[in-house]
Amino acid sequence: MVPEYYESSVVDIYEKLPVPFGLVRFGVAPDHPEVKNVINAFTQTAHHDRCSFYGNVTVGKDVSIEELKQAYHALVLTYGAETNRTLDIPGKNLLGVYSARMFVGWYNGLPENKDLNPELSSETAVILGHGNVALDVARILLSPIDVLKKTDIAGHALEAIATSKVKRVLLVGRRGPLQVAFTIKELREMINLPDTRPLLNPSDFMGLKQAVKDLPRPRKRLTELMIKTALEKSSGKEVERQAAATKEWGLQFLRSPLEIIPSNDGKRVAGIRLSVNKMEGLGESAKFVQTGDVEDLECGLVLSSIGYKSYPIDPSVPFDHRLGIIPNNLGRVLHASGLYCSGWVKRGPTGVIVTTMHDGFETAETVLGDVRSGLLDVSASKGGSKVIGALLKQRGIRPVTFPEWEKIDNVEVARGEQAGKPREKLLDVQQMIEVASQ
Amino acid sequence: TGARLQSSKDKVSVNFINRDGEKLKAEGNLGDSLLDVVVHNNLDIDGFGACEGTLACSTCHLIFEEPIYKKLDDITDEEMDMLDLAYGLSETSRLGCQICLKKWMDGMTVEVPSDVADARETKDIDSGS
Ligand SMILES: Cc1cc2nc3c(=O)[nH]c(=O)nc-3n(C[C@H](O)[C@H](O)[C@H](O)COP(=O)(O)OP(=O)(O)OC[C@H]3O[C@@H](n4cnc5c(N)ncnc54)[C@H](O)[C@@H]3O)c2cc1C
Ligand code: FES
Repeated sequence: MVPEYYESSVVDIYEKLPVPFGLVRFGVAPDHPEVKNVINAFTQTAHHDRCSFYGNVTVGKDVSIEELKQAYHALVLTYGAETNRTLDIPGKNLLGVYSARMFVGWYNGLPENKDLNPELSSETAVILGHGNVALDVARILLSPIDVLKKTDIAGHALEAIATSKVKRVLLVGRRGPLQVAFTIKELREMINLPDTRPLLNPSDFMGLKQAVKDLPRPRKRLTELMIKTALEKSSGKEVERQAAATKEWGLQFLRSPLEIIPSNDGKRVAGIRLSVNKMEGLGESAKFVQTGDVEDLECGLVLSSIGYKSYPIDPSVPFDHRLGIIPNNLGRVLHASGLYCSGWVKRGPTGVIVTTMHDGFETAETVLGDVRSGLLDVSASKGGSKVIGALLKQRGIRPVTFPEWEKIDNVEVARGEQAGKPREKLLDVQQMIEVASQ
Repeated sequence: TGARLQSSKDKVSVNFINRDGEKLKAEGNLGDSLLDVVVHNNLDIDGFGACEGTLACSTCHLIFEEPIYKKLDDITDEEMDMLDLAYGLSETSRLGCQICLKKWMDGMTVEVPSDVADARETKDIDSGS
């Protein structure tokens, strides 16, 4: 019976925003259009005649989990990781302190962050975290404006960055070079960033050459690239390039934030106090301990990039608060029949699109396996989008369909053309709905 | 028939073993990448080539037979960087979008890694630190 089920089942997607693609639209950096090519593959799927998209529908608010469970045989939760781990230190509310998540949302045109208007009037920015998001943010802060203006970066961000005074970005991590979480492609890109020189402290890398030998390949190559950049003398052209650079970035290891130091008027960031740490143990699981020494860094902007986080969507859906995920077995939500999950809400906010894709395959296999084994009962007929559509109508919610998103898409691309960009995103949910309704 | 001979000479046939073990036969032109072959032949390999050959995704990961692998052009740092993130990495892995068809490849078999089991062993790349 699976083949029949497989061939006749429909997949309806409910999305909070009027527009699709989640973090591929609102997370992936604007200067990475290659990564966003995956949108073409998503679009093909959305055009499948058994797949429908309903944007502008917030699950848990506009429609409940229980209602969806009633209307469908299976419900797959893929709502990502919409909040962030918070920086909980004195001074966190001063002007000039933001989460990287908000900053990313701001430059990527996420409606909820459009008015962030971050403080960019000082020379030094500190980013807390050594992951890919931290590198993305550093790169956007330091990229030549001529590069950015050809991307789909939000117009307000482009203007603000064009007059930004930031010319030094320090990425601060609690642990050492062997524990960084970014990947080599992003690091290489940073090292080669035009008009910018890397500041790596040679003493952080001395003695690592030996340790590197036995590491798994990805970690080994990543570490070797840092060692090379920090310790090897660059030659000819590269020396000139670095000497001529007007901007710089650096990695600071074994430091964790203690407090944000306020300016004299007590309103804005003037610096950050860091504890000096040392490592205990080896490898990926090595822990840091504070030595008791502290160090102050002068800066006017602090961006905390210490991780995204999921939230519990409904009391009826189990949630592991410590890991920030829905507890599951191969995508099957534990103790909740008919419920499945995939993506960042399933595995936590780690990995790239290929990781999320394989998660999706795994969950789909699980659903089909459960149909085959009878664990998932598909005998009763279900109302699907008809039932949910009627409920939404009663509640005054207007879903945005995929063809309607394509109208928004056209408007965005046309607006971009005028500005010489691939796209100028609409920033306002109401405006998106108006365009969808035209 | 002269023209036909000519064109069939420029064709290279490739067998793909899909994740479920199914064998897919395809043909491509000399110089086409293996990603081109998948796209032009409409091969049903889920998620293959998500970044469209721009070295930004590693969804085009393929495993080669050792004798073929040894004869492939050298790998660039950029391909290696993406391969480091691939699922089910093997000793003879390459990215399909970077491998272009040559006459001597005619009849080769490449495997799409089936990786659900490996997925959990792959080291996470955290977005934090
Ligand atoms: C800043 C940043 C940069 C990244 N850059 C790259 C990169 O360059 N390359 C790469 O491969 N990967 C990158 N990633 C990772 C990639 O974006 C993720 O792996 C992937 O998007 C996760 O997919 P997801 O479906 O789990 O979550 P998401 O993409 O976040 O999708 C979740 C969706 O659910 C919606 N939603 C949330 N709550 C509700 C609700 N209650 N009801 C209805 N809908 C809801 C959201 O609006 C969103 O559209 C990046 C991630 C970030 C954060
Ligand atoms: S298609 Fe994306 S890396 Fe080959």
